[in-house]
Amino acid sequence: MALKSGVGFLRLSRINQVVRLLSTHSRPETIQNGGLNAEFPGAKAPYVTEIKFLDENSYDPIPIYRVLDNNGRVIDSREEPNLDRETLLNMYKTMIQLNQMDKILYESQRQGRISFYMTNYGEEGIHVGSAAALSPKDLVFGQYREAGVFLYRGVTVTEMVNQCYGNHEDPGKGRHMPIHYGSKQRNLVTISSPLATQMPQAVGAAYAFKRMPNNDRCVICYFGEGAASEGDAFAAFNFAATLECPVILFCRNNGYAISTPTREQYRGDGVAARGPALGLRALRVDGTDALAVYNAVLRARELALNNKPVLIEAMSYRVGHHSTSDDSTAYRPLEEIQKWMQDENPTRKLRLYLESKGLWDAEAEKTYSKEARDLVVRTMQEAEKKKKPNWKEMFEDVYYDMPPHIQKQMQHMEKHLEKYQEHYPMDQFQKE
Amino acid sequence: MASLTKRVLNLNKLFKHVDNYTKRLSSNFTYFPDNEKPVEGETLKMNMMQAINNAMDLTLKNDPTAVVFGEDVAFGGVFRCASGLQEKYGNDRVFNTPLCEQGIAGFAIGLATAGATAIAEIQFADYIFPAFDQLVNEAAKARYRSGGQFACGALTVRAPGGAVGHGGLYHSQSPEAFFAHAPGLKVVIPRGPIAAKGLLLSCIQDRDPCIFLEPKILYRSAVEEVPVDSYTLPIGKAQVLREGDAATLVGWGAQVHVLLAAARLAESRLGARCEVVDLVSVLPWDTETVCNSVKKTGRCLVAHEAPLTGGPGADIAAAVQVSAPLLCCCVLLWADVCCCVLMCAAVC
Repeated sequence: MALKSGVGFLRLSRINQVVRLLSTHSRPETIQNGGLNAEFPGAKAPYVTEIKFLDENSYDPIPIYRVLDNNGRVIDSREEPNLDRETLLNMYKTMIQLNQMDKILYESQRQGRISFYMTNYGEEGIHVGSAAALSPKDLVFGQYREAGVFLYRGVTVTEMVNQCYGNHEDPGKGRHMPIHYGSKQRNLVTISSPLATQMPQAVGAAYAFKRMPNNDRCVICYFGEGAASEGDAFAAFNFAATLECPVILFCRNNGYAISTPTREQYRGDGVAARGPALGLRALRVDGTDALAVYNAVLRARELALNNKPVLIEAMSYRVGHHSTSDDSTAYRPLEEIQKWMQDENPTRKLRLYLESKGLWDAEAEKTYSKEARDLVVRTMQEAEKKKKPNWKEMFEDVYYDMPPHIQKQMQHMEKHLEKYQEHYPMDQFQKE
Repeated sequence: MASLTKRVLNLNKLFKHVDNYTKRLSSNFTYFPDNEKPVEGETLKMNMMQAINNAMDLTLKNDPTAVVFGEDVAFGGVFRCASGLQEKYGNDRVFNTPLCEQGIAGFAIGLATAGATAIAEIQFADYIFPAFDQLVNEAAKARYRSGGQFACGALTVRAPGGAVGHGGLYHSQSPEAFFAHAPGLKVVIPRGPIAAKGLLLSCIQDRDPCIFLEPKILYRSAVEEVPVDSYTLPIGKAQVLREGDAATLVGWGAQVHVLLAAARLAESRLGARCEVVDLVSVLPWDTETVCNSVKKTGRCLVAHEAPLTGGPGADIAAAVQVSAPLLCCCVLLWADVCCCVLMCAAVC
């Protein structure tokens, strides 16, 4: 009669076992009423004659799928993904490039050269693992801490640095704060600041794909465990399930939403537990293990393309501050950060794996790190020299065609600038 | 015998009550049908619900990417605007969503971003507010924030708004002012079946996201000869429905008919001919047509059903004062319209 069966953790030798989470093993026992289920429109469930409230302890915690241990060794050889040398190196080099970009752009904000920045430390494995498992045609709706996905997709450091500087070569025309990247060409929807708004949008885009003949594209939507508290997250889960959309809803659970720890963000068994409750296939994965993330997304993609939406919760730790506007030592101990920077460092894990395969060594590390660093520094110096977009760009793209009232506002601005130009840094803006 | 008399008396009382209730529940509203056809060709008698249904039918027929969805849309929607469409086009194109306005709006934005034509229904305009963030922060800014890389212009959100007389405070609101403050959106309100069909087709085909607020009092009460073929009417272009020189009366949606009634009253009582302008859309709105009319009449009255404070009327009054300084300009709620039209035409 115990609600919690004695099975404990399932042995995770195969990933499909994980997908069958909350299976009959941990389902509470019920007394059947003559073997008949109730026929309510809202539930076909057995009747019982005993009150039993279910709570978070009624089920075993959803286990965390991993391929590599802390030393970059494959735990179960059957789970080692079949990745070629080029892909593995591309994944690792993207992590290094991302680390170098984060380091330099974070510093540049501190020096007052850009207005804002957000680092990606601790989540590099999530970025490259998921990006490598997707097709370049799959549409990505990101939150804001997925710079590695952009890099892996082929967005250049130059494009990203130009965005952070908001110069005239920024594809976003300098309208956003730094780190709000976007690339139509590479199927990366421009980042939006409001949290979780991208989630029901991703589901809608997936529905559009589903209706296309011979669809071979899915949508992946990244969001944090904090964003998962927004109403839009629930909307996305519910719409994805009921409308059977080819979408992967990918939660980056990094432990903190700015300063708010998960304990104050949600109760219950995290974000993954909401999946089965809402009719989604759910999987929890070790986000510090790029290969585990790769396997998880590869399998999720297969399901999604069969119009079976998937929720993935990748567990990680936000090693950096939330942003340049935040000092996380105000709300968490340094030792905690240290632990995740070393033992569970996703970059280190993949490096050890590559070294064990003879694909990488200290020399390569040194050479490539320098190369990656120099690229960012050089790009930054160039980006700084580029002018801001022409001020008139401020009025463009509000509508497809500029309506008369906006034309009028632009004319007012023009007259104002003619009269008072000495009060504005007009030389910083591109001429027409 | 006494008991029978008592029963008859009670019955009389009941009839009187029913009569009183009918009077109390009905609003003083006269519909002025459009007589001008926007295009040549065959017409069919349609009410506004049928005209909207027809516009969606034509869209689903001609645009294979088009989808129509919202709460209870599969069976036709609570106002029946999507009636018969699922049977005709299948349940992957006309479908129910979970009861979640922010989800409907977000889902619609995603569809449009991925290249589909999205026609989303919000069951009542009063319930559009959970979708406010998606519409104002996302739909309105999708093109702007991406530097023109992404857009969701193929999105149209339909929502029934305005009062009918028995809707109470949560089935009567006119939320156009909230959306009129969001650059990037277009906010359109039709005044009848012909306008509804042409404007809805314009909204659907427009390259910008549109919010189409349907005055629900007109769904069945407004009947016109509507052209059967597809046609569009311009968004952002006001229409002068009645010419005059005494005063310019500006409104949109159902309010246009209140203004037409007031103009008729002014003419019969005072011999003053008022010009009536249907603004058609409150974002963008046609400053030129309104101001040209006011330059001619020298007086302007704007009336809307939505609350007075911060309403579009204030914006119109201010713009009119800048472009056409005049004798008298007032912004009103509809209850006051008739008496103020008389005042405006007579006193000012």
